[in-house]
Amino acid sequence: MPVYLVAAYAVFWGLTFVLVFSIWARQRRLERELEALKKAQPSDQ
Amino acid sequence: MNRHRDLPGLILALASAVAVLTALGMVFLYAPREATMGDVQRIFYFHVSSAWVGFFAFFVTFLAGILYLIRGERRWDILALSSVEVGLTFITMAVITGSLWARPVWGTYWTWEPRLTISAVQLLIYIAYGMLRRAVEGPERQARFAAVYGIVAFVTVPLSWFSIRWWRTIHPDILTGGGEMTLTPRMVQTLLVSLAAFTLLYVTLLRQRIRLERFADALAALKMTK
Repeated sequence: MPVYLVAAYAVFWGLTFVLVFSIWARQRRLERELEALKKAQPSDQ
Repeated sequence: MNRHRDLPGLILALASAVAVLTALGMVFLYAPREATMGDVQRIFYFHVSSAWVGFFAFFVTFLAGILYLIRGERRWDILALSSVEVGLTFITMAVITGSLWARPVWGTYWTWEPRLTISAVQLLIYIAYGMLRRAVEGPERQARFAAVYGIVAFVTVPLSWFSIRWWRTIHPDILTGGGEMTLTPRMVQTLLVSLAAFTLLYVTLLRQRIRLERFADALAALKMTK
């Protein structure tokens, strides 16, 4: 199989993974922020 | 917002995965080997599909920009921003896979012919969208600026589309059958399945990106009330 063909499909999977991972990582960060906010709430009241 | 409760998102993601794997199976097992270029022509199916999704994503940003300017609603700004991010990923994919296809066929990774030049400019313009957006202060000014930018930047899509018809170029035109490639019925079917799979993947990723932005908004609002 030509190396260019393998490389092209690797680029597809790689970039799709980067986008999915980036969205997931940002979502996790926001969830952690939300958790921290929830934990801080009882001490505020 | 709980990501574990997102059943429609899960169904969409599964449907996208099945569609992309089906397209991949067709590319390698169903579509015939092209006579002139050989197996390297199989790059074509995902290259064209990623370019299509990139163009479509920028069209969505263009429409969302117009709707934001008319209605001033944050949801249109979120849609425009999310679509640029997903579209940029697919256009990058199209440019890189195009280069990898060009190397064995044209003998070079890159040449400054009209379609490739416009693609490079388009890529830079949409990378700048995010950077310039962050440079503007105030959420409303930021959204208004981004809406106008997204509308103006869209000019690169028809320019890129028509560049292979308006100017002398070595880039193949699959619609008119120009260039060195002729599509057989099996090739056309594989291309159509790939286009559908990529469109579904775009919808799935866009939906997740929109949810992320809404989550960030809700969290920011919650912080403001503290």
